[in-house]
Amino acid sequence: MGTSRDKGRVFVTVGTTLFDALVKEVDSQECKQVLASHGYSSLLIQLGRGSFLPTKSDGEDGSLKVDYFTFAPNLADYISSSALVISHAGSGSIFETLRAKKPLVVVVNDLLMDNHQRELAEELADKKYLLCASPSSLVHVLRSMDLQSLVPYPPSTPFALVNTLDAFLGFSESYSST
Amino acid sequence: MSLLLVLAARVFLVLRNTGKPISPVSPQRPLHTLFVLGSGGHTAEMLSLVGALNLQRYAPRYYIAAVTDSMSLTRAATLEDHLQKCALSASSSSQKPKFYQVYRSREVGQSYFTSVVTTLLAMTHALWLVVHIRPDVILCNGPGTCLPICMAGFLLKVVGVKWVVIVYVESIARVKKLSLTGLLLYKLGVSDQFFVQWSQLKARFPNTIYMGRLM
Repeated sequence: MGTSRDKGRVFVTVGTTLFDALVKEVDSQECKQVLASHGYSSLLIQLGRGSFLPTKSDGEDGSLKVDYFTFAPNLADYISSSALVISHAGSGSIFETLRAKKPLVVVVNDLLMDNHQRELAEELADKKYLLCASPSSLVHVLRSMDLQSLVPYPPSTPFALVNTLDAFLGFSESYSST
Repeated sequence: MSLLLVLAARVFLVLRNTGKPISPVSPQRPLHTLFVLGSGGHTAEMLSLVGALNLQRYAPRYYIAAVTDSMSLTRAATLEDHLQKCALSASSSSQKPKFYQVYRSREVGQSYFTSVVTTLLAMTHALWLVVHIRPDVILCNGPGTCLPICMAGFLLKVVGVKWVVIVYVESIARVKKLSLTGLLLYKLGVSDQFFVQWSQLKARFPNTIYMGRLM
């Protein structure tokens, strides 16, 4: 504990979905070893609707500290107090993490039928805003991950869209901000 | 028979006027606006849009979410509280927002047979709510929950009760293909304004508008 290379906590979130494949993967010895080798000291997993329970650990034997919970009304605090976020591919979790300026690894659930979520994750990975993996490639992606290569996400604003809408509805162009 | 002809003529007339700006002069009063919250990431995007609106123009505000999704209305209420506090000067003129829940056409994993019954129920409920609210503008961004609401808004136009402007913003999660809900609204030509959040989609669907992203 308290070593100079302690990078802090890794937060894993599946949102409101059921994604046991991801929980199982981060709970694996291999995955925990890779995270520890990067300097992370603890792992907090949000389980969602899944039924697989990871093994809790207090980390006293020098290994990664592991804890979990099912749901929380607001994940923002968990995200902002973590050093790395590993998330399912839901757009809510993705943008909440990017806006909090936290490094993000998105894991696409390849068992989903209409998997349009892959589109978003891959598009954002192409632009280097995040890293993209599947449950089976997660350990590999984490092992070779270089967070320095990631680019900060430029927050987008709805104002151009709002101005277009205002003009369409007949409001004058000038927008007075409240 | 003649009733059907009149109806068909009305549908044709409404479709022809869909997508045309309301009027060249500024509306004399704020627009009653109905926001359909689609849960999860959809709700986050819609609330990001609400936060950017000039609230004196869009009032009063009505929010609808699925019966199974209690989180969305809580999040909208939290945002509204925050916005009311920020707009101190306008506090007297602004009316309180209203929140409604609507039945869903189809839950994940529901069979297609029972879906027919629940869809009819959801459509009736959506129609009742839209007739009750009689919004000037409907703003939605998927998923399927917003489809019956949009159709109800369209119906109000067809029977001549009110001209309801229907605005659809395709979810940011759709990069290359429209969602089923988006595709249906696009093909039917029901929406007055159809926004997409990726330029790739604008290239494939020319009648959409790309004005950057909400998130």
